Amino acid sequence: MTSILGLILLSLALGVCALVAFLWSLRAGQYDDMDGAASRILFDDHPPKR
Amino acid sequence: MTLPAALAMCAHCGVGIELGARFCCAGCSAAFDTINGLGLGQFYTRLVRDPALVPNRPEPTDRWDLARCVTTDNAGQHSLTLAVDGLQCGACVWLIETALGREPNVIKSRVNMTTRRLQLGWTGDVTDGGRLVGLVEKLGYRLVPFDAARLAAAADRTGRELIWAMAVAGFAAGNVMLLSVAIWIGQSQGMGPAVRDALHLVSALIALPAISYAGRPFFRSALAALRARRTNMDVPISVGVILVTTFSLFETMAGAGDAYFDSACTLLFFLLIGRVMDHRARGRARATAEQLLALRHSDVTVIAPDGTTEPRAAASVAPGARILVAMGSRIGVDGVVELGSAPLDTSLVTGETLPVLAVPGTAVFAGTINLGATLTVLCTASGAGTLLAECVRLIEVAESRRGRFVELADRVARRYAPTVHLAAALTFLGWWGLGHATVEHALLTACAVLIITCPCALALAVPAVQVLATQRLFQRGILLKSATALERLAKVDAVVFDKTGTLTVPLPELVADPSRDPADLVAAAQLTAGSRHPLARALLVASGPVVAAEAVREVPGRGMELGDTRLGSSAFVGVKNPPPADGPELWFVRPNRRPVRFRFAEALRPAARETIATLARMRIGASVLSGDRSASVSAIAGQCGIAAWQGECTPVDKFTAVEAMRRGGRQVLMVGDGLNDAPSLAAASVSMSPTSAAELSQTIADVVFQGSGLDAVSETIAVARRAEAIMRGNIALAIGYNVLMVPLAMAGLVTPWLAAAAMSSSSLLVLGNSWRVRK
Repeated sequence: MTSILGLILLSLALGVCALVAFLWSLRAGQYDDMDGAASRILFDDHPPKR
Repeated sequence: MTLPAALAMCAHCGVGIELGARFCCAGCSAAFDTINGLGLGQFYTRLVRDPALVPNRPEPTDRWDLARCVTTDNAGQHSLTLAVDGLQCGACVWLIETALGREPNVIKSRVNMTTRRLQLGWTGDVTDGGRLVGLVEKLGYRLVPFDAARLAAAADRTGRELIWAMAVAGFAAGNVMLLSVAIWIGQSQGMGPAVRDALHLVSALIALPAISYAGRPFFRSALAALRARRTNMDVPISVGVILVTTFSLFETMAGAGDAYFDSACTLLFFLLIGRVMDHRARGRARATAEQLLALRHSDVTVIAPDGTTEPRAAASVAPGARILVAMGSRIGVDGVVELGSAPLDTSLVTGETLPVLAVPGTAVFAGTINLGATLTVLCTASGAGTLLAECVRLIEVAESRRGRFVELADRVARRYAPTVHLAAALTFLGWWGLGHATVEHALLTACAVLIITCPCALALAVPAVQVLATQRLFQRGILLKSATALERLAKVDAVVFDKTGTLTVPLPELVADPSRDPADLVAAAQLTAGSRHPLARALLVASGPVVAAEAVREVPGRGMELGDTRLGSSAFVGVKNPPPADGPELWFVRPNRRPVRFRFAEALRPAARETIATLARMRIGASVLSGDRSASVSAIAGQCGIAAWQGECTPVDKFTAVEAMRRGGRQVLMVGDGLNDAPSLAAASVSMSPTSAAELSQTIADVVFQGSGLDAVSETIAVARRAEAIMRGNIALAIGYNVLMVPLAMAGLVTPWLAAAAMSSSSLLVLGNSWRVRK
């Protein structure tokens, strides 16, 4: 019984992690430009960062 | 002699040019040098050109009033969002970002390929923004700043809320379903009640907060409908979800029986996916329409009292201000001409094809194009007398009369909700009153009925088809802006076209003349290559690519000259006693040669005839209402094969004609582009505009179509009809499912796993059926 509860809590914690990760990526604008992301991966030299 | 064929490509923009030349124009040559000078020459090896897109060709650009578009944060960082025209592929993104990234004060340069926007951030002087914009323009892209206020207004709160709700519902649905599967399997393998209750309790702990958060979009809409004493699809959804959850909670507390948390969560998750997709598809269509409008937008040049000029947004120009209207540019405000005289292209405003001469004292309207010399216009108050004000008044009348269109889904919900709730009530009474069951058991069975009938498939039936149809039209360049446009389009039985700019293309076309030497056309086109005058551009279109002559002088409003070679009006080139003009024309005179006359006529949009024929086959009658002279309306209507036409209509005439048709029981689709069409666009059951239309018309239109072909009209109606048929099929499927399952539920034979299976399979069936609309 305790092991089941522990496992349930563990699985929920993992689920929450995934939810938080999705919401974070959404906030960070990772889904804003799907077309651009597809071609961006082909640029090997990134513009200089400042 | 034949025309020189385009055998080579411009090394910068890829436009076809004569053999031997490297560039099509000086701008491209400069852009090529700039790019190589920056050491970014790899751009050309990476570039994949899309012939369907605007070439990245540098063009003379307008000056912008950047101040209203730039926002500055506390750290002194300025940011600006611009629409980019000329993007071809990822290489353009790379070029722009790299070129800007090399500027020391630029801290952000990000091009969004999907929305075709550039986000620019820099530190230091605000006015440096103009230089940065100029830098990208030199590379061959056209940039138009977005108003900071308009961007803020467009921030998509609803979309964000829907996605968050969807994410939460998805999390809850997945985890509760895991627990439920454990319960279903455990029950058949002798799982004890203690473990089952514990699992139910955990499910409740996940489901309750998730449902109360993710269900809000539905609860809010249902509440609003009930307050207005209506029902919509969200009412049975909300009632179902809330009842199921409450009932399951009591069951869990009592430590007995079945819980339906999984059904409630999955239902919300499926519905939210549908809503998010729906919102995205239309949001994208709307954003694209906005982008296209922004790219045509230009600022107004205001003359300050001290004589200096500055660019300013048309909306912020106060009455009494003086503005300067250069040749080829749009007059941004209503006003009176103070200085200068020039022919004006008023086709967007009045529908008249032939240019009208404006002299001091003439009233001019926003949307007209100055074809001649620079004019000084005194901006008048946008008072009640202006054409624009009259159009706006008519639009308001039309919108107040239109009434609320009741969507198919809501019409179904009106019958569905009471029927379902009645069935549940009868089930309860039947078991409790007639069957002498306990109150609890009767309630349980009644709730099972509600769960089974909770309209998941029914609620997806319409939006799923709408999403797919919107996407399909979007790929074709047809932007569906309104949610109910598809259903209204499917019912259309009459189409009213405007003539100028709708049945015809905005640019005039050179009339073919077998007696003309093709070499004359090429020689004349060489003079016009640098001009923005519509006739000059039409001549260039007719001649094909030519090498521009150097040192051409343009005399605004009259013509072009190069030494003794002249191209322009008959008076300008010095032709004595010219034959009477029956349309716009240009004269070309060279020393010791006979003057050549180029006549221009309105050209039908591609596929105009076929579209009218297709509409006739679909049993849709077409007619023309135009503000132009009756003779030219009749000619164009005849060419298209339209029997019903009316010329010399004022905006009010058009409006009343459309109103009369609607009162006569017709479902009218109005297709128009001008300001004078705007009231009738609003009065019609549904409306379409080309992207070359006046801003007001495009804003009012339910559908905006890109490209020059008129077949967009018949195709949109065809897709709408097909979508409507599939929606009805979906609704029949969803109701059929209920007819099968409700008796089982009333008989008390439904268990939680059966409910979950029935709901998912009916939703999947409806979704699968919806895909047929893409064919």
